Amino acid sequence: MANDQFVRFENVDKSYDGKQLVVKGLDLDIAEGEFVTMLGPSGSGKTTCLMMLAGFETPTNGQIYLDNKVISDIPPHKRGIGMVFQNYALFPHMTVYENLAFPLRVRKIPKDEADKKVDKALSMVSLQGFEARMPMQLSGGQQQRVAVARSLVFDPQLVLMDEPLGALDKNLRESMQYEIKHIHESIGVTVVYVTHDQTEALTMSNRIAVFNDGKVQQLSSPDELYERPVNSFVAEFIGENNTFAGEIIDASGDKCKVKLNSGSEILANPIVAKSKGEKTTVSLRPERAIIDPETQMDNNHKGKIEEVIYHGDHTRLRVDLLGNKDFILKVPNSSNRMDIKEGREITIGWNSIDCRALDPK
Amino acid sequence: MSKEQILSSDGIPLEQSLKKAERKNKLKAVLLVAPLFLFLLIIYVFPIGDMLFRSVDDRMITKMLPKTFKAIENWDGQNLPDETVYKGLYEDLKFLKENKTYGKIIARLNYEKSGFSSLIKKTVRKLDKFEEGNYKEQFIKVHKRWSQPEYLVALKNAAPNWSYAKYLKGIDMRFDQDRNIVLVEEDRRIYKILWMRTLNVAFWVTLFCFILAYPISHLLATLPMKYSNLLMICVLLPFWTSLLVRTSSWMVLLQQQGPINDLIVWLGIAADDNRPELMYNVVGTFVAMTQILLPFMVLPLYSVMKTISPSLMRAGKSLGGTPLISFLKIYFPLTIPGIGAGCLLVFILAIGYYITPALVGGASGSLISNSIAYHMKSSLDWAFASALGTMLLVGVLAIYWVYNKLVGIDNIKLG
Repeated sequence: MANDQFVRFENVDKSYDGKQLVVKGLDLDIAEGEFVTMLGPSGSGKTTCLMMLAGFETPTNGQIYLDNKVISDIPPHKRGIGMVFQNYALFPHMTVYENLAFPLRVRKIPKDEADKKVDKALSMVSLQGFEARMPMQLSGGQQQRVAVARSLVFDPQLVLMDEPLGALDKNLRESMQYEIKHIHESIGVTVVYVTHDQTEALTMSNRIAVFNDGKVQQLSSPDELYERPVNSFVAEFIGENNTFAGEIIDASGDKCKVKLNSGSEILANPIVAKSKGEKTTVSLRPERAIIDPETQMDNNHKGKIEEVIYHGDHTRLRVDLLGNKDFILKVPNSSNRMDIKEGREITIGWNSIDCRALDPK
Repeated sequence: MSKEQILSSDGIPLEQSLKKAERKNKLKAVLLVAPLFLFLLIIYVFPIGDMLFRSVDDRMITKMLPKTFKAIENWDGQNLPDETVYKGLYEDLKFLKENKTYGKIIARLNYEKSGFSSLIKKTVRKLDKFEEGNYKEQFIKVHKRWSQPEYLVALKNAAPNWSYAKYLKGIDMRFDQDRNIVLVEEDRRIYKILWMRTLNVAFWVTLFCFILAYPISHLLATLPMKYSNLLMICVLLPFWTSLLVRTSSWMVLLQQQGPINDLIVWLGIAADDNRPELMYNVVGTFVAMTQILLPFMVLPLYSVMKTISPSLMRAGKSLGGTPLISFLKIYFPLTIPGIGAGCLLVFILAIGYYITPALVGGASGSLISNSIAYHMKSSLDWAFASALGTMLLVGVLAIYWVYNKLVGIDNIKLG
């Protein structure tokens, strides 16, 4: 029943000045009811994609489909797409009620029905009783909720959110993340969400499209993205990452031997770089490396602790390991590891399957 | 419930020690403000006060003819007054003649009633031949108008120290002999026309400025920096040019053999021998004033539009509003503070505009300010000029008040 290609970008290019492509040959399918996040550094083209979907920018080349219809020629106000803007874009001269009633009024929905819808939307963001307030009288979080309610009040099939939580402080941002996620789960609307904050993306999304340089680098579920990044940009961008640059000297089956620039050799999991002689950047998540491993691990190396950084629930170690002076290790904050001191030599072990040989940087 | 007094750490009441600590800063602030305050007082408050005062001040004649007025006070105004009045008049006039200052009263009394000019002149000329006693007969012998009660009533009417006669004149009214307020003769009713024309011109100039400035300001507020700077310079350039130069260039452009008329003829809108008059009438005033006052509309509008986030219009569209509805319901209401400020500014400037109407307005395009200038410079009736100025001031305050009632003055944004 659900349409797997509810939103479809087909070979979309976008250039603003005719010299540079901001979006390059983008292909992207979004299923109905999905929560997809476009994640990427600023200037990676993610907001441009959102604006093209909303109708405020025209694709230079290619087509965008919404529910199997080409939408390039439909003006924004006829697309019926809800949108939450970065700075909320609440109408400052209207009350909360009038803000929410605006999309209903332009659709000529009768007043009693509109009242019901407004009430429903406000209850969704738990803001009943705020109808008569002006936006300026609300806190940032409340304004944000009004903006979310307004984008949903006319029952759009698709809601776009452009870094909606960027202006909120950390705690509020976290609770709003859950709130938006729950709203999405309860009404089943398709959401396309743009952010540069990876935690936000990991928390909320069904799937994440990592943008860089006008292209989608990887489109997959949060855990897939974190555990199995397909290239070194994604590995670097999502979560913490330790890297070793080197060259594959032996590739056999599901393991390969990488000779690092420092001269030592490690075993890795060939993902991008697979054949002998290829340059590679090996990526390893900090939590996959263990100090003094008790079980057998196929990589075991000695390193020197350069710095100990206390983080409350865990301690972070910066270790000089195999020529990488910024190798990060996370140690859970339990009492049995009180011997960690600066300058100590330790043995660090990890499994080659967690150590992914990706494209060289 | 009485509040406990809070002491600072050295035992002095907190309020007192705060005052002491702040005293030096307060003194500094006062000293910094003082020069400006004095400056304002001298160049702003005094002149306006003086203007208000002049417009109702009618003491000159009372001062110059003190004995006459003392005597005429008791006169009933019906039959001819008795000897004391004429005696007082003789003594006053004699004093004035010796000091050669009687010219002033001639003008003043002639406003009251025409005919006084020759009457006083003739009387003064013959004053030396007067003998002591029986002045009444001698006055009447010099000029028989002295036997007509109207002239003496007019003299008596000039007696009060304070008078709002100038204000009546400003709305085409006057006192008649019995001090009733009546309209002046039909062929002399010019001020009502002038006022209406002034308001009319100010209204249309404001409207034209608004229509022209709104899109310009929007462009200024939304264009990328490098273009908007250039456009801003174009808007401000007139500010850096002398007002006279700008007005004269309009005279060059608008004259009958000028380029605009040439263009009209070339386009075939008018025949060569029937070129439209674009200058020395209201058309010229409209065109030149609109151009000159345009920046005063653009700047407040621009400063307000600059603060309106472009995402608001996008939000309006994404919520289903057509561009027109989004503009009317979202953008336009948000620009009202700028519209109010701009319109108020332009209207107030236009209502008192002088140079441009004087140069391009001609007779049918001259405004109340030209009349004020005329009475300041030519007729030397400063009291009347002051009265017109005061009426203008009150009018502007009234507009301000109405605006405050309608839109709210805190809803105004000048930049």
